[in-house]
Amino acid sequence: MSSFPWLTTAVFLPVVGALVLVALPSGGGARGAVLPKQVALGFSLVTLVVVGYVAATFDVGGARYQFTETHDWIKVFGAHYALGVDGIGLTLVLMTAILTPVVILASWHDGDEGRWGTSAFFAWILALEGLSVCVFSATDVFLFYVVFEATLIPVYFLIGGFGGARRSAAAVKFLIYNLLGGLLMLASVVGLYVVSARSSAGPTYLLSELSQVSMDRDVARWLFVGFFVAFAIKAPMVPVHTWLPDAAEEGTSGTSVMLVSILDKIGTFGMIRFCLQLFPEASRWATPVVLTLAVVSILWGALAAIGQDSIPRLIAYTSVSHFGFIVLGVFVLNSYGQSGSTLYMFNHGMSTAALFLVAGYLVRRRGSVLISDYGGVEKVAPVLAALFLVAGLSSLSLPGLSPFVSEFLVLLGAFAHAWWWGVAGVLGIVLAALYILLMYQRTMTGPTVPGVAALKDLNVREVVAIVPLVVLIVGLGFFPKPLTAIIDPAVHDTLTQIHATDPAPAVPAAAQQEGSP
Amino acid sequence: MTGLTGLTGTTGTTVLAAAFQKPTIDYGLLSPLLIVLGTALLGVLVEAFVARRARYLTQTVLSVVGIIAALVATVLVAAHLDPVGTSAGRGKVAVGGAIAVDGPTVFIWGTILALSLISVLLFAERTLEGGITAFAGQAAALPGTSAEREASTQGLEHTEVFPLMMFSIGGMLLFPSANDLVTMFVGLEVLSLPLYLLCGLARRRRLLSQEAALKYFMLGAFSSGFFLYGVALTYGFAGSMNFADIAEAVSGRLGAQPLLLAGIALLAVGMLFKVSAAPFHAWTPDVYQGAPTSVTAFMAACTKVAAFGALLRLFYVAFGAARWDWSVMIGIVAVITMLVGCILAITQSDIKRMLAYSSISHAGFILVGFVGLHQVGSFAGTELSSVQSVLFYLVTYGFMTVGAFAVVTVVRDAGGEATHLSRWAGLGKESPVVAGVFAFFLLSMAGIPLTSGFAGKWAVFTSAVSGGAWPLVVVAVVLSAVAAFFYARVIVLMFFSEPVGEGPVVMNPSLLTTIVIAVGLAVTVVLGVYPGPVLDLAANAGQFIR
Repeated sequence: MSSFPWLTTAVFLPVVGALVLVALPSGGGARGAVLPKQVALGFSLVTLVVVGYVAATFDVGGARYQFTETHDWIKVFGAHYALGVDGIGLTLVLMTAILTPVVILASWHDGDEGRWGTSAFFAWILALEGLSVCVFSATDVFLFYVVFEATLIPVYFLIGGFGGARRSAAAVKFLIYNLLGGLLMLASVVGLYVVSARSSAGPTYLLSELSQVSMDRDVARWLFVGFFVAFAIKAPMVPVHTWLPDAAEEGTSGTSVMLVSILDKIGTFGMIRFCLQLFPEASRWATPVVLTLAVVSILWGALAAIGQDSIPRLIAYTSVSHFGFIVLGVFVLNSYGQSGSTLYMFNHGMSTAALFLVAGYLVRRRGSVLISDYGGVEKVAPVLAALFLVAGLSSLSLPGLSPFVSEFLVLLGAFAHAWWWGVAGVLGIVLAALYILLMYQRTMTGPTVPGVAALKDLNVREVVAIVPLVVLIVGLGFFPKPLTAIIDPAVHDTLTQIHATDPAPAVPAAAQQEGSP
Repeated sequence: MTGLTGLTGTTGTTVLAAAFQKPTIDYGLLSPLLIVLGTALLGVLVEAFVARRARYLTQTVLSVVGIIAALVATVLVAAHLDPVGTSAGRGKVAVGGAIAVDGPTVFIWGTILALSLISVLLFAERTLEGGITAFAGQAAALPGTSAEREASTQGLEHTEVFPLMMFSIGGMLLFPSANDLVTMFVGLEVLSLPLYLLCGLARRRRLLSQEAALKYFMLGAFSSGFFLYGVALTYGFAGSMNFADIAEAVSGRLGAQPLLLAGIALLAVGMLFKVSAAPFHAWTPDVYQGAPTSVTAFMAACTKVAAFGALLRLFYVAFGAARWDWSVMIGIVAVITMLVGCILAITQSDIKRMLAYSSISHAGFILVGFVGLHQVGSFAGTELSSVQSVLFYLVTYGFMTVGAFAVVTVVRDAGGEATHLSRWAGLGKESPVVAGVFAFFLLSMAGIPLTSGFAGKWAVFTSAVSGGAWPLVVVAVVLSAVAAFFYARVIVLMFFSEPVGEGPVVMNPSLLTTIVIAVGLAVTVVLGVYPGPVLDLAANAGQFIR
């Protein structure tokens, strides 16, 4: 493997792009100017190429963490600038790199009416991409924490500067909720310093060294709680989820995609990377409570989604429900659940992005987010309706589309852990069918409502933005192997590290007798 | 001087048993202090003898040169500190035991002088008031009278503020380095009296300014009285004013000693007043609001650094052996201070008052680090020590505070500085650069990572947890979240609200204020991303000597 810092390049390329956008002459920053959008798209596509190279040359049978870079940063704190990807991190980095150009292309005109110019909008999106890649590839807890908090700033300005009428309040709510979670995590990060400083390794924040440090059982449990609450707020899980519907409704559709598809994954990624790996005993201890909360999230999110009249809020609640599935898969502590939830994170990113973006096209045309203002759109804009249907079906995990594979694995893992979790999870699927199909029926089918009659169908740019998502959803639905090939070894390593084993499959006695010679 | 053997007239028995020992005054070690006091005295002479027109320039140049010379002297002193025995401390107790020049002392001296240097630049700013300083033209003229109008028309300036500031800096250098109680009291008074005066010298809103000065003076005099009473009781207990002797008496005590405990409590009252810890914080919002903003910046930064240095020395060196007696009390004070600072700031409608309450909350955070008392070498690992973390926090806090107040001076309307929060609405549109810089300072105060405020908070929290004060850290973390709310509110106001009426105007200041803001910003950024060197410097300071 060459020693070229590919991951640092993937992190800093979008950030440099953001700075370039800000520095563009004011003619380029005027509302509606095309140059900043092209520059932004260019930077995001180059980042995609870099990440694609990393993914293509990732050695499936090789070391756990690859493309590693480790440098001392603050010796006194034990903090390092350390990056590295394993299968799980690589999946999420890839998802980020794929989604950003899609979002930029779909949000071509969204930055024009904001408080600041177009350049600012795309600059914040690129900055968010760079920081997200850094979060997913950080192998040092201090670096992770710093970038975890740093991601709040672009999203805050994206929601607050560009979006609906109540965007200011939504942005502040988002910021305070996540800051609170971040500060609780700070207490745990500080505690980790003290624990590691007292051990023979000296103060350190490198994951590889921290996971070797032995901790007192109660101390580990408290530290786990600090991390877990922060990640639960991020995910979001019930009962700390109320910031998401407001933020998703008030932000532009592109902002909501970045928020839900990328930023929220930091929460569940953190659960796998930090909660499980650093505090395995505490994770096991907390499993009953966490699984209960996960199931509550699944059902609550689905029920709330069914009752929504506002499309973005509905999609936000479906996310709460989906994240319940992801957390369920993580904390059942077997390989089906973990592989399923990692794959779920990628697939959910794609399908929710498609949902938000197509809904965004619809809302932009009609000017209203309410389902009751629509009806019979498929007669007027069939392409839009078709893409909406595909996105919706992927969200309810139709077999043949990629989310089905991941949902199936998660439910399999849940059943393997204990049957009642699986039953609760399956209920979620039924409710998913309800919320998606009801929404589709009310908005797309039926007689064309007067406000909808003049709607134009999607133009080429808008279709081109969604096509990669659809291709991935359908392609990975039939052939998930490229992703599972990189995910499975990482999951296996994680579970080995925390001494969790899969339950042995139960084979019926009759089959055993028949099978034996 | 020889002994008084001459009295007996013979070489037989002498009257005095011992010859008078001339105390060694290590002028070299004290050179920063002497340079600053010398500059102050020269400033007074300038006021007496230099023509009025030339005074401003002379005083400014003199002050800046004096502080730079003192800074250079501090560096030289720091480079030549000798280790004391086998302990981790380096330095020397000078002037017959009255002043201790050790590692923490020179670190604090360096911090105070660096902060004073940028504060002097703020004092010297003339562009914002249209060619004249922000200090009253003739302080003795009653507000609203013809004398005041005449002074204003004639363009009079009180350039005495510069030597006053230098005297105050001298006191600030003496206060944390004092090794006995009387010297400490002298340092306290020398630093406070000029500040009382400076607070009353605003050019605009003079009544508010004079009220602030009077409040500061009355409450300060009271707290000095408490301090002095504490000195008396402690002397009564220990039989000596010297910290080393007090420490011996404290560690050798048997049973409860009400005299000592009362002495500690009263001394604590005096010190906690100076650092604006609750419940002795009531003066802070009024004084910070009424004083001229450049004086507020100077006070908020330098007084706290000096006072915390003195607090550390007094409690760690003199009363270190009694720490189980005072740490609970200080812990409770820390919690109340953080509560008061974070919660009351939410209701403020004036930016200077809000920054004052934010200062109070920072004092609470520093007290958290102070309570988690442990020194280098008291544990096997390589954890941060309390002294190191508090010194580092003081550096980060000082620079971001001076920077923030410097930004406050440039946001103005027709009546001078626009300090009401409603006047700051829409500042992001009017001047994105200024609003962005101020937002960055606010984020640093809130403790967002990649800013110096975060590094400081992190250092203080880790040393507190290492010292066993983890409940305080949990409270501090929760209250930081509360504090983040009012910082975010100002950012929302600047960037996401429409201007009220005409909106604020950002005046272009001269190079002086621009330098101050730039330095504050640079330090906040650099210490956020790369705090290692300064942390190592604080660690090198080592322990207090006795």
